Amino acid sequence: MKRLSTGIWADKGGIRSSVEDEGGTIAGRLRGLVPVIGFAMAVPLLHLVLRVAGTEYCLTQLTMAAYYAIVVTGLGLLMGYAGQVSLGHGAFFALGGYTTAVLTTHDFSKWKAATGWLQEAHIMVARQDLYGNQLVTVTPWAAFFAAMAVAMIAGCLIGYPALRLRGHYLAMATLGFGLIVAKLLVGSNLTGAADGLNGVPEWILMPGLVVSGKVPVRVQNYYLACGLLLVVLVLLRNTVQSRVGRALKSIHDGEKAANSMGINTAAYKLKVFLLSAALAAAAGVFFTHYTAGIGPSEAGALKSLRYVALAAAGGMSNLWGVAIVSLALNYFSLRGWFGTYDNAVFGALLILIISLAPAGPLQPAAAWLRRRGWWRNAQSSHHGTP
Amino acid sequence: MALLETETLRKSFGGLLAVDGVSFKVEVGQITSLIGPNGAGKTTLFNLVTGLLPPDRGTVRFKDQSVTGWKPHQIARAGMSRTFQNPSLFGRMNVLENVMVGRHCCSDSGFWGCALRLPSQKREEQRIRAASLEELDFVGLAYLASFPASALTFGQRRMVELARALATEPEMLLLDEPASGLNTSEKRELGDLIIRVRKRGVTILLVEHDMSMVMGLSDSVVVLHNGAKIAEGTPVEIQNDEKVVRVYLGGEVENVAAG
Repeated sequence: MKRLSTGIWADKGGIRSSVEDEGGTIAGRLRGLVPVIGFAMAVPLLHLVLRVAGTEYCLTQLTMAAYYAIVVTGLGLLMGYAGQVSLGHGAFFALGGYTTAVLTTHDFSKWKAATGWLQEAHIMVARQDLYGNQLVTVTPWAAFFAAMAVAMIAGCLIGYPALRLRGHYLAMATLGFGLIVAKLLVGSNLTGAADGLNGVPEWILMPGLVVSGKVPVRVQNYYLACGLLLVVLVLLRNTVQSRVGRALKSIHDGEKAANSMGINTAAYKLKVFLLSAALAAAAGVFFTHYTAGIGPSEAGALKSLRYVALAAAGGMSNLWGVAIVSLALNYFSLRGWFGTYDNAVFGALLILIISLAPAGPLQPAAAWLRRRGWWRNAQSSHHGTP
Repeated sequence: MALLETETLRKSFGGLLAVDGVSFKVEVGQITSLIGPNGAGKTTLFNLVTGLLPPDRGTVRFKDQSVTGWKPHQIARAGMSRTFQNPSLFGRMNVLENVMVGRHCCSDSGFWGCALRLPSQKREEQRIRAASLEELDFVGLAYLASFPASALTFGQRRMVELARALATEPEMLLLDEPASGLNTSEKRELGDLIIRVRKRGVTILLVEHDMSMVMGLSDSVVVLHNGAKIAEGTPVEIQNDEKVVRVYLGGEVENVAAG
């Protein structure tokens, strides 16, 4: 880069230009790594603490909370960057989970003509269920791809018409979608009606790496879930701090101006909606294998609302904040800390966070770190001077 | 050669006929001004040309192809950029990032490229950053690069918006009342800047109320009144056009000529 006439590389009255940092200097890159390294260190540290305290069983709820956090982080991208609200992410989570559950537990042996070559293609497999019955079911990997396809088709059908219009049409369309999916799941025998489905087999991702809730692989699954969350966070952070991220933010801030800059806002909104729906569906697939089943409450409107509230409480456009807040709150909820007041405590906590720290609880902490010059990221610099 | 050409363009909102059969041309490399009293249909005409509004009738031709009915982002990609009457910067980004949005149509990394930070995306990001800094430098505001857009003065926002529009590498730039709300020295700077933009080979269409600026800068002036074109010509011809003087310039012809 050439030096410009106005000499912006100079320090101007103590206001150091963030331009250099994001431009790829070593110091800037290191600062960007701080949250990544922090997260990567906190995960084993937490494991160590729980182990020393003799409560390693808590890893189960942490694992589940991490999968929920993936849903909420994707929703944060949609809400905080594209300015769209989805009230149907619970339904996408359930769609992913139920597709997997149905395909991996339903006995397809009656389809004699097809099961032969499907087994040869490793799409189906003959196995025994918990009671020793012989079944022919779809393999977890094939079911995963089918689940993603189902979620993407549903996402296109809802997103395409709703996102061509300006305004909150997506929120309305996804709310209706969520209610329909929940009703269908409860009403159908294929999906186990009100009981949901269980007996979902473990998912061997690769030799030595299994998605399963069994005690011997509990630690492995904790690291897998947290690792996936970290990968999602890094990929989304990269996206947000790029051409695509700027396009998304510009839609949020001024759609007309964004359009006039050559940004196809309708296409971007649809893509980011599909991306966040895909994350929800993928989390649903992993979650279902982990808990070996799924119930209709996962698709309920309350679940979807909880995701939206968590994304809002985490600071929406602050993806790290969204992930950490949803990880913590879902963990406490799953541990049963809030008892029968679960939803009420949730609501109260969220109101507190939103009224005291509207940009999320991490924002004040980040401001403090930034004042000390330890950390600066592109996201926080958007919100103005601290 | 005409870069932009509209033919009997018409747009009504309910019972109000905002633009009534307007045909005009913008020649390559020239500064063309669109003037007229408030409510004459200037901004509506801008919105029709840039695709923000679909016309009821008529055609818009840009670079010898019909762009009638194109979406704003398609027209922007074809090489037409604009600024708005109220500077519409993106409030949550800093100044440089605002300009970088303008590079959107000159870059093509997608979701995957950006998420995985592929080498090609990194190089492109460097190019976007460098080109945007140059545009900011061109309008003289490079020192504000890392400031939040919301912290700028009105005049600075105008300039940043102009830099953002220039970052799209337009062949044609549409400026909607760029001088409104600016003080005298800012207006002078803006005038110089517009001339420098033209020197880069960018054709300019200007909507402006400041008559001394319009008459000083323009190669050609189009006058609108009640949605219809009532005159077209050089600044001197317009100042001496009886119809224009009657409906718009009033008794100030001498002053304007002197200014």
